[in-house]
Amino acid sequence: MTETVLTNIEKRRTTTVGWQGIVADWSSDQRAFKNVSWGKAMMWIFLLSDTFIFGCFLLSYMTARMSTAVPWPNPSEVFALTIAGQHIPLILIAIMTFVLISSSGTMAMAVNFGYRHDRRKTAILMLVTAAFGATFVGMQAFEWTKLIMEGVRPWENPWGAEQFGSCFFMITGFHGTHVTIGVIFLIIIARKVWRGDFETERRGFFTSRKGNYEIVEITGLYWHFVDLVWVFIFAFFYLW
Amino acid sequence: MAEVTLHATPHATPAAHAEGHQHPIKLYLVVWGWLFVLSTCSYLVDYFNLQGHLRWSLIVLFMMLKAGLIVAVFMHMAWERLALAYAILLPPLLLLVFVGIMVFESDYTLLSRIIFFKAGA
Repeated sequence: MTETVLTNIEKRRTTTVGWQGIVADWSSDQRAFKNVSWGKAMMWIFLLSDTFIFGCFLLSYMTARMSTAVPWPNPSEVFALTIAGQHIPLILIAIMTFVLISSSGTMAMAVNFGYRHDRRKTAILMLVTAAFGATFVGMQAFEWTKLIMEGVRPWENPWGAEQFGSCFFMITGFHGTHVTIGVIFLIIIARKVWRGDFETERRGFFTSRKGNYEIVEITGLYWHFVDLVWVFIFAFFYLW
Repeated sequence: MAEVTLHATPHATPAAHAEGHQHPIKLYLVVWGWLFVLSTCSYLVDYFNLQGHLRWSLIVLFMMLKAGLIVAVFMHMAWERLALAYAILLPPLLLLVFVGIMVFESDYTLLSRIIFFKAGA
């Protein structure tokens, strides 16, 4: 019965598309995001605000780099590694990029298996995602250690403009923090999936609400966002 | 009437939502593969040390394609209602205005530094 009513609503809603549909949604009664749960809408709105935070970081980096009369250190050389006698530019950052993209791939599949109520696969894929994330943070720690050993500080570095250090530590540090929080979040939700909380409608510890598999998608939104931010950092900070 | 029924059954919304997201796993694997290809391409831009406008345009092109794939497919934005998609995707465009402002500002700062601190320190 409920399903039938819902299908009818969906049909009626899809009749107004494009700008008219947007205006109809936003000017309608009670809620603008019709088929989106509050949890998902709030995660999107949080991610939008986070976009502005990272946007401001990248903007201040742009301003520092454009306004300095001192040459900017060449990231290609700064982040080069010598592996087995081969000098390869930017290789660590490239590997970190592939690790994070892979984690996004496993996360997307975890969301899919979640909606299929495949608890085992969902939990395993989420833990694999968390492992990729932890690997990423580990490589970032290695990178920070290497740069600090080479004398990079927020106020100076051996290669050029002083602002390089402050931009680097601020941007990658904030991103690494996001990844770390994401890993913790993933492990918590994976445990709930594994235990079958969303099948038995077990109530949450803090919220006392019954959860469902949408939380896997919401966690996924956060995780993909972290990957998304890295796409921009990779392009603007490391490649530019 | 229909709205009343919807609100009377709060669990119905996620259920209907779940049905809307049964994409084949292959879709995610294909997107994953494309993200790998695009990342490799942007890495090669640096590896072959391309410079100038070619470098910038390639970097931005690969970046936008990757971001688009992640948001549209991995984050399911392609299947959301336009009311949500526009509410989330349009506001970040304001950052471009901010970029414009800061470009003028940093050009002015650079000019002042060149004029008043000739040594470049």
